[in-house]
Amino acid sequence: MNTSISMRAIGTAVGFSVIAFAAASAQEMGVTDSTIKIGIIQPLSGPASAYSQIAYTDQAYIKMINDNGGVCGRQIELILYDDGYSPPKTVEQARKLVESDEVFLIFNGLGTPTNSAIQKYMNAKKVPQLFVATGASKFGDHANFPWTMGWQPNYIAEGKIYARYILDQHADGKIGILYQNDDYGKDYINGLRAGLGDKADDMIVMEQPYEVADPTVDSQIINLKSSGADIFINIATPKFAAQAIKKAAEIGWKPLHIVNSVSNSVGSVLKPAGLENAVDLISANYGKDPQDPQWKDDEGLKKWAAFMDKYYPDGDKTSSFTVFGYGVTQTLEHVLKNSCDNLTREGVMKSAASIKDFETDTALPGIKINTSETDFYPIEQMQLMKFNGERWELFGDVIDGSQATN
Amino acid sequence: MTASQDNVSIVTGKAGTRPVAATPGAIASLAVLALLVACPFFLKNFHIFQLNLMLVYAIAIMGLNLLTGFNGQFSLGHGAFYAIGAYTTAILMDQYDIAYFWTLPVAGIVCFVAGFLFGLPALRLENIYLALATFALAVATPQMLKLSVLEHWTGGVQGIVIFKPDAPFGLPLNQDQWLYFFTLAVGLLLYWAARNLIRSRAGRALMAIRDNPLAARSMGINVSLYKALAFGVSAFFTGIAGALAAIVIQFVAPDSFTLVLSVALLVGLVVGGVGWLPGAVVGGAFIVFVPNIAEEISKGLSGAMYGVILILLIYLMPTGAGGLIRTVTDRLRRR
Amino acid sequence: MLAGIATGGIYACMALAVVMIYQAIHHLNFAQGEMAMFSTFIAWQLLQWGFPYWLAFVLTIGISFVGGFIIERTVFKPIENAPVLSHIVVFIALFAIFNSLAGFIWDFTIKPFPSPFGNASLFGDGLIGAHQAGMIVMTFVVLVLLFAFFRYTRVGLAMRAAAANPESARLVGIRVGMMTGLGWGMASAIGAVAGILIAPVVFLEPNMMLSILLYGFAGAVLGGLTSPGGAVFGGFAVGVVENLAGTYIPVVGAELKLPIALFLIIAVLVFKPNGLFGRTIVQRV
Repeated sequence: MNTSISMRAIGTAVGFSVIAFAAASAQEMGVTDSTIKIGIIQPLSGPASAYSQIAYTDQAYIKMINDNGGVCGRQIELILYDDGYSPPKTVEQARKLVESDEVFLIFNGLGTPTNSAIQKYMNAKKVPQLFVATGASKFGDHANFPWTMGWQPNYIAEGKIYARYILDQHADGKIGILYQNDDYGKDYINGLRAGLGDKADDMIVMEQPYEVADPTVDSQIINLKSSGADIFINIATPKFAAQAIKKAAEIGWKPLHIVNSVSNSVGSVLKPAGLENAVDLISANYGKDPQDPQWKDDEGLKKWAAFMDKYYPDGDKTSSFTVFGYGVTQTLEHVLKNSCDNLTREGVMKSAASIKDFETDTALPGIKINTSETDFYPIEQMQLMKFNGERWELFGDVIDGSQATN
Repeated sequence: MTASQDNVSIVTGKAGTRPVAATPGAIASLAVLALLVACPFFLKNFHIFQLNLMLVYAIAIMGLNLLTGFNGQFSLGHGAFYAIGAYTTAILMDQYDIAYFWTLPVAGIVCFVAGFLFGLPALRLENIYLALATFALAVATPQMLKLSVLEHWTGGVQGIVIFKPDAPFGLPLNQDQWLYFFTLAVGLLLYWAARNLIRSRAGRALMAIRDNPLAARSMGINVSLYKALAFGVSAFFTGIAGALAAIVIQFVAPDSFTLVLSVALLVGLVVGGVGWLPGAVVGGAFIVFVPNIAEEISKGLSGAMYGVILILLIYLMPTGAGGLIRTVTDRLRRR
Repeated sequence: MLAGIATGGIYACMALAVVMIYQAIHHLNFAQGEMAMFSTFIAWQLLQWGFPYWLAFVLTIGISFVGGFIIERTVFKPIENAPVLSHIVVFIALFAIFNSLAGFIWDFTIKPFPSPFGNASLFGDGLIGAHQAGMIVMTFVVLVLLFAFFRYTRVGLAMRAAAANPESARLVGIRVGMMTGLGWGMASAIGAVAGILIAPVVFLEPNMMLSILLYGFAGAVLGGLTSPGGAVFGGFAVGVVENLAGTYIPVVGAELKLPIALFLIIAVLVFKPNGLFGRTIVQRV
């Protein structure tokens, strides 16, 4: 449920049209001379269905690839299944894709428990589980799970980035944390605590969890205010983050407010919460927000907008899920194009593990995708930013989360 | 994919038209059983896996049926016992390296105790109040499983991954086939036990309580004890189903056992037929296959499609598959 | 430490709706929350089209009333003789349909919903905001209106009779089917009011009602399903207990505040099986 919202689009590699007509004698499962079969499993129904826009964007992007001639001279045949965010259902759908539909790989599965449920199966079957849509740090374990790779910056790394900022700027602050009581919330806290080091126990004065099933976080906010915290770290998904921002303003609590990147969308979080309530918020990001006026004339976002108009007109352009889907699918396109010579499952994993400085038009300037055989975390950099009531203002350098520990 | 479901009605129909009328029910059961045994030899592993899940849900529904169908107590929280069974097995296999088949009785007994203990206070609650209490149980389950204090055993939100067993004695079966037959055997054993239970003195006492608790009490039945026992036995069945599910799926996590699971079991119970044990298979098939059918019809509206199919089914058979079959056979007999 | 009152107001509002519906149709409708959510989306759509707030409010209540009536007449009429469990399953089906439809039509991103009362903080520390106060007042107004309706009007009395004892009601010439339909209409309308009042606090989205309904049930059951005043009290009590559990019970309190609150409610029910303010119904053989 905790897909970090990312914003990036990748420039279409126009010059990249040399297509290998590999007369492959032994074709890999899911690949024919004219098609590549790819599966996606995401929650299209049930409580996490808000994320279904990612799946539909992936689908639309793949349609665009096909309309432009496909990759490696082949059309991509996409099979999209619903797991309702229920791990047993994910297992069923993954087995259906692998054993019945015989797909080449499974792409962009969403959620931590759901992907955990199939991680072992996918690796036993040696089928790539590529670019899972979750920031849990366990999906970059190249030694034990060489067929599984994440995509977005992991939550622990982001937690460390905030910790470093706090130590640099507000070393004597008292921290109150609101977090979702699951792997996502706990990963952030772990990162934060690791980043704060010895000072963690002194600085953190209160941690308030909430459950996804809670109607509001109002009482948590009131409790946090009364704890005397002057730094508020808001580790919540969009709806709860917006409630928290609004409630804090209503009760006149004005701490240094850090909101996690999952919920820093201007359109789907800050606007509902009230832009005036969001002034001086701090967050980190790795991509551009389409709602942010400073990217009005940005080439990459223009391409994204054109794509949305043509291939996914029903999609919500204020939601950053669509930007996420666009960026991650474009990374898939890049990887597939790099494996035309060796269009096997092994070949795809190899090129996924050798992305070099892949810079995208809509990622923030300076943020590059790099992977290697021992680095299965594609995006690791982020930049801090502050909200001025209208848009985010970036400040400081691009920070590499994997090195943010002091 | 409602092969077994169709089969039930078709076979019953044929048997009924014959004047022999020996035991159309028995013939039908044998036909269904033969079909269930034969399936794994013709299907892909993935479909075997689906059928296996169907059987697992069927066992869970059977447990719920013992409580609701035969004792008249209502539960929206059976997902909790399913979860306890699953976690018992997963923890035993993961932490103590106990063989999977030994974990089943343990899971069953743990759940029996849990169910009995839950049944004791729940005794005083009726109808809507019992519904709320069990509902609360279902809601609380994932949160309990996530509890950081228990993380050492439960793996917290990350869950536990376990290994899938191979077929023993060098049987020429792959893992899926073996597990399927294993589940089927456990299911049949439990079915046999449930049937005998219902026909026993205790079973008649349970039904007497369902039909009229006050009269049952005046006949000298210890209503409280039987009601709590019914909860325990029901939880025993459902817990074993949960344990099997853990082995088949090879993974347990709090998100597998939300309210949705409890609701699905209830829906399966009603679709299969309250108070009719074999209906559990129909219910299990519903839980596994209908969401897939709904998804085939429309991806964006799969939830709505699921609802529409469910309503149509209730129109068609307001008392579930069991009721439908009973009506059909009654009519044929009268002819 | 009265933070729980803030959320308690929401629960009270929903608990009241639950009780009113129970009075009218003698069922706990699991689809209630989703119907309320759908009504709120209708209100939101009307506001988007530029209708003034109160006009949209009234229109939505009217539409919901008609909608509830139609659902009863079309969906439940054909199966009125089916067992209770079949009805519950149909509630679940309706739940799935409304949730899925709302997501399909209006998608799943959260939407702010305006409040007619403003967001000012009434007390200095903001325990209760203007909207919360307005919500509670509204809840009581609805409560009084309904009380009068059920007590002093012919239709109201007929509805209660039809729900409590359909056979006898039919004998004295009440059109029971019609009354049940009206009950559904009213239930749906009250749900709409609750949805519109709650949406400004929790934001509008298709899944907003699921958890609130659970708290609403808990509050209603705690207070006693036959007592509207008890339901309001029960709603507040659930909010406060939940918060106190989260604050004062060490180690597990914060993670388990909902289970603890529910456990306490069940404990209360074990000793007072009809809720704190419910009437005891004597069982006869």
